[in-house]
Amino acid sequence: MNQEKIGVYVCHCGTNIAGVVDVEHVAKWAAEKLGRQGVIVARDYKFMCSSLGQELIEKDIKELGLTRVVVAACSPHLHEKTFRTAAKNAGLNPYLVELASIREQVSWVHTDKAVATEKSKAVIAGAVSRVIENRALEEIKVPINPNTLVVGGGIAGIQAALEIANAGFHVYLVEREPSIGGHMAQFDKTFPTLDCSACILTPRMVEAGTHPNITLMTWSEVTNVAGYVGNFHVTVKKKARFINEELCTGCGICEEKCPKKVIDDVFEAGLGYRKAVYAPFAQAVPKFPVMDKENCTYFLKGTCKACEKFCPTGAIDFKQEDQLVHFDVGNIILATGYDLFDARRVSNYGYGRLPNVFTSLEFERLSNAAGPTNGNIVLRDGKSTPKSVGIIHCVGSRDKNFNNYCSVICCMQGLKFAHLVHERTGATVYNFYIDMRTAYKAYDEFYQRVLEEGTLFVRGKVAEVTNAARDEREKGKLIIQVEDTLAGKQRRIPVDMVILSSGLQPRRDSKEVGKQFGISCSTDGWFTEKHPKLDPVATMTEGIYIAGCAQGPKDIPSSVAQGAAASARVLDKILQKEVTLEPIKASINAEKCSGCRICNGLCPFNAIAYIEDDNVSNINPALCQGCGTCVAACPAGAISGTGFSDEQIMAQIDGLLLRTLEGV
Amino acid sequence: MNKYLLYPGCSMESSAKAYMESMNAIMEPLDLRFEEIEDWNCCGATEYLGINLIPAYSLIARNLALASDQIGRMNGMGRTRTVVAPCSACYLNLAKADYYMQERPSLGVKVNEALAAGGLQYKPGTLDVRHLIDILVYDVGLEKIRGSVTRPLHGLKVAPYMGCMLPRPDYQHRWSDHEHPTELDDLLRALGAEVIDYPLTTSCCGGHMTQIGPETAFELIRRLVADADDRGADLMATVCPMCQMNIDAYQNEMNHHFGTDYHMPILFFTQLMGLAFGREPGELGIGMELVNARNALARIGVEVPITQEPSGPRKKDEGLPMPRRWTRHEVRKEAVK
Amino acid sequence: MPQMTDERVRARLTREEDLSLLHEVSMKTAGVSHLEMCIQCGTCGGSCPSAMDMEHTPRMLFAMLRAGMRDEVLRSNTQWICVSCYHCVVRCPQEVHIADVMYTLKGMAIKAKLYQDSTAPDFSQTFVDMVETYGRSFEFGLASRHYLKHFPLRLPGMAPMGLGMIAKGRMGIKPKKIRRMDQLKAILERASQLELTS
Ligand SMILES: Cc1cc2nc3c(=O)[nH]c(=O)nc-3n(C[C@H](O)[C@H](O)[C@H](O)COP(=O)(O)OP(=O)(O)OC[C@H]3O[C@@H](n4cnc5c(N)ncnc54)[C@H](O)[C@@H]3O)c2cc1C
Ligand code: SF4
Ligand code: SF4
Ligand code: SF4
Ligand code: SF4
Repeated sequence: MNQEKIGVYVCHCGTNIAGVVDVEHVAKWAAEKLGRQGVIVARDYKFMCSSLGQELIEKDIKELGLTRVVVAACSPHLHEKTFRTAAKNAGLNPYLVELASIREQVSWVHTDKAVATEKSKAVIAGAVSRVIENRALEEIKVPINPNTLVVGGGIAGIQAALEIANAGFHVYLVEREPSIGGHMAQFDKTFPTLDCSACILTPRMVEAGTHPNITLMTWSEVTNVAGYVGNFHVTVKKKARFINEELCTGCGICEEKCPKKVIDDVFEAGLGYRKAVYAPFAQAVPKFPVMDKENCTYFLKGTCKACEKFCPTGAIDFKQEDQLVHFDVGNIILATGYDLFDARRVSNYGYGRLPNVFTSLEFERLSNAAGPTNGNIVLRDGKSTPKSVGIIHCVGSRDKNFNNYCSVICCMQGLKFAHLVHERTGATVYNFYIDMRTAYKAYDEFYQRVLEEGTLFVRGKVAEVTNAARDEREKGKLIIQVEDTLAGKQRRIPVDMVILSSGLQPRRDSKEVGKQFGISCSTDGWFTEKHPKLDPVATMTEGIYIAGCAQGPKDIPSSVAQGAAASARVLDKILQKEVTLEPIKASINAEKCSGCRICNGLCPFNAIAYIEDDNVSNINPALCQGCGTCVAACPAGAISGTGFSDEQIMAQIDGLLLRTLEGV
Repeated sequence: MNKYLLYPGCSMESSAKAYMESMNAIMEPLDLRFEEIEDWNCCGATEYLGINLIPAYSLIARNLALASDQIGRMNGMGRTRTVVAPCSACYLNLAKADYYMQERPSLGVKVNEALAAGGLQYKPGTLDVRHLIDILVYDVGLEKIRGSVTRPLHGLKVAPYMGCMLPRPDYQHRWSDHEHPTELDDLLRALGAEVIDYPLTTSCCGGHMTQIGPETAFELIRRLVADADDRGADLMATVCPMCQMNIDAYQNEMNHHFGTDYHMPILFFTQLMGLAFGREPGELGIGMELVNARNALARIGVEVPITQEPSGPRKKDEGLPMPRRWTRHEVRKEAVK
Repeated sequence: MPQMTDERVRARLTREEDLSLLHEVSMKTAGVSHLEMCIQCGTCGGSCPSAMDMEHTPRMLFAMLRAGMRDEVLRSNTQWICVSCYHCVVRCPQEVHIADVMYTLKGMAIKAKLYQDSTAPDFSQTFVDMVETYGRSFEFGLASRHYLKHFPLRLPGMAPMGLGMIAKGRMGIKPKKIRRMDQLKAILERASQLELTS
């Protein structure tokens, strides 16, 4: 018999647990059979997490002098914090509370009542044995650096940066491209209201570019992140622009005079040209151009320098070099957005082979008044207006051959295109869809509007787009072959132009970026949020938040909302001035460590460093999230974790096997 | 010297003799050696599968069992695990059976139960079943093929016809694409031929429909022949006996049916290789085709300057630029993702 | 390679009465059919090169399987018109083994004697008989025999082709027989007693 006084509390969780487990019997059993372990009281209650339930525990701690508490309820994920706080309020160290999961691990996965009741007993016995080995731990407090890093200057990143800057705190906004704006800057109109994209976006871009609290770094990339929540050390590479930003006025003469034309694969989606020295679009923020070294005649051949000759302020600087900038921040928001699915992968749709098959982003540029055709919707020859257009939905999405998920925005984007084609060309428009997904405020109304305009909807996933005509009617056309599933017949519909609603997919480098910041990606490659419903903008790494399409496909309103939400989370942290870190940490016993470094690369949070001089590895407690990976991996058994020590685990196993029971 | 086991398939002995002869004619210059699976049986084509599943798969699997047995008896040096099938239907049946027995282990168990009645067994997944053109493009390599060309096919406009059973369903990810694979195009170009853009390259020749529903088949044959003709092809190149048979032997009937007058010869790609390697038509089974290729072949031998294929239609300055086309390697890389 | 035990295949199929047809077809199909995953998108029906001659598109057939319409499905000409081009198979977003399901439906239709036109089943049977006698097939001899029976009127038109094939040496008198016919017979005999069912 040990000295502890343990209380066991068994929750009914309404009928969630009580429907399958005989909770009253379990409580009675614990009081009787676990007495020798130190259990002096065991109760069951309808909802332990309710304030009355918590008071029950607090009262027992105070009146019975409990030294350990076990709550048999849901998974620790949900309510561990609740019960630990209750214990703390009653004067007990919160780490002397253990949760035994008899919902997720028992009642939700079993149907046999008798067996489930027995299993609950074992789980509780394990928790009781374990809690005896728990040690009182003190929370770790670290001060928070009030500066924030926002990575990605799309609409989500801009929104986040502005919210924080307006609240009076400093933001570093790092963008890989020459200008901020992201995908939204490429569009002409935005659904469902058809506002002009530039009209609503550029004021925000300008505000972000001129805000005294925002340090804007474009043509830049984060190369290193070290540290932990509250204290991140960031290194950013500012790629050489070959333009002296102090002198440049953004007049654009260099761009005009540059003789080298290149296809613009980024902003113009491959549909237009830019120069070797360029600003991607007229409203670019910042206004300074960049010089593309790979294509510049001077860098390739050693002569030209036309830009330098004509620049009125002498801002061209061919000697500029990449620059590394270091700064510290307390929190980081990743808003790196998405890439468009590469439609060449669906070879039956002919993109890249058949000239008049366009991607959605190409069409955005085609319909944009500032685009390569001044907003004229024309075929690849640059002249002819299409008389009939087919818009294909779900390209690369909802397809096990490519991406499994729905890309969310492309039904609406397909409808937007149908409207624009009607409005600008009067052409006959067909939309080919599997399911029409217009579930959001004012979205279905937009569908109605496009129906009224006379768009022809065909329900069926397009089988192929071909130029192999079967008869005169098809000669010279693109033929869309599809089963009209509502008519139950295969149709071949000749059109002049095909637009592919390509899906959204994670940035090609999302896995590497995630690793750099110590956060994980789903199997598809989207950044994983802490909780899919209740914590969509936080990640499992403290101090790192995500917003916009980097987290998953979404439209502009949702991206903006997430940008704002992430900034609220950051402001919350900043205003707390310091963060409390869970004391559940791993540590290395230097005596036992052989310096093999196996653990170094395994830590998902980059918390382990090798100390050359001592030939041992060392764990930074502020970075360690207590995941336990290293503990299991260390061949020398040199790593142990507070909160999951060998003693605790072995005791729990003994308990689970009911080895510790009285009279067994 | 590369050595493989060969599953010739029934057609190679009869209707596709020309394929067999021309295949044998190109082995030596390419340092290839094929050893025939002893006492192989018919793969069942597309017919057996519709009658009864386990017998159909057992019929196929007997060949796989014989092959792995034969490999077991080979000495270490010349050992291979690759079975080459020159016929697309045979290739598909053998490859698919091997795959399904792995995907659905219960199928493998039942088939082995049947094989045991003949004293045989086969462990699914132990062999690599590959088509002849796969070996030529990916093992022998285009470089070597190009190096063996003594009579380039300059000026011959060829429609590359891959057919359907070769690139699909492709559970083993062997081809650059399911719809527009480039292997045959690349090989024909290596011979110096002018390869036309042929969008129907993997469309169906009608398969067994020539036997059971000729009208359906004639329409499929018409599409293929008409498109090749429209695009100015001198002849079509095929990799499959069934395709050759349908398009060649039934072309006349098809013309009858539609009142058309197409004359589109179709040769096995190995026949064209043989010609390019300097062999004489007689050694390659040329002349066995019903729609004769005489006029088309008269074009080779005429000296034409080497024209470099344009790298793609991504033109500059005139109209809007086209997206860059994928190279074969990029396509393969994306495909395995 | 994704592997599926029969238990896992079965677990995905609901046990409701009218789903037993879907269940049966799925279990009898080689590999893992994924039939229950069909989202009725129509890619298959859109891909079919001979859809114009089909009474039902493959997609409709799958909906009918779900609805338990056994006779209508087995009597459909769709499975017989399928040319095994595998276009639908590689394009289907749900990886349904469509072409193999067609084979299963042919087999079931033959067993239930539910086909409208005997041309195709006869052709298959002639083929199978030949393989079971010789171990090899011989498609052209087979074709003319088969043609004679089913399309006698068309034969005059076909005669020049047949003669052409003989003249070109592309058509022998009968197929070669394999050496160990006894072994093949034993295997096929045992195999026909086995079935891939639930
Ligand atoms: C064709 C098309 C039409 C659309 N039309 C509409 C519409 O009409 N209405 C609507 O609501 N939605 C529309 N959408 C959806 C809309 O594009 C997105 O919701 C929105 O752009 C998401 O914004 P974001 O900031 O999350 O990502 P993005 O716009 O992708 O911005 C991400 C930014 O991060 C930068 N970045 C990426 N990686 C890094 C890195 N490692 N370091 C630094 N910077 C990085 C990028 O350069 C980019 O500037 C459309 C989408 C498409 C494809
Ligand atoms: S030096 Fe380079 S960037 Fe300047 S004008 Fe010449 S090509 Fe353009
Ligand atoms: S939003 Fe519409 S078009 Fe886009 S993947 Fe989803 S269903 Fe398909
Ligand atoms: S393509 Fe696949 S998912 Fe679509 S209807 Fe056909 S079987 Fe169903
Ligand atoms: S395999 Fe059969 S069902 Fe599928 S597309 Fe080809 S003919 Fe149609």
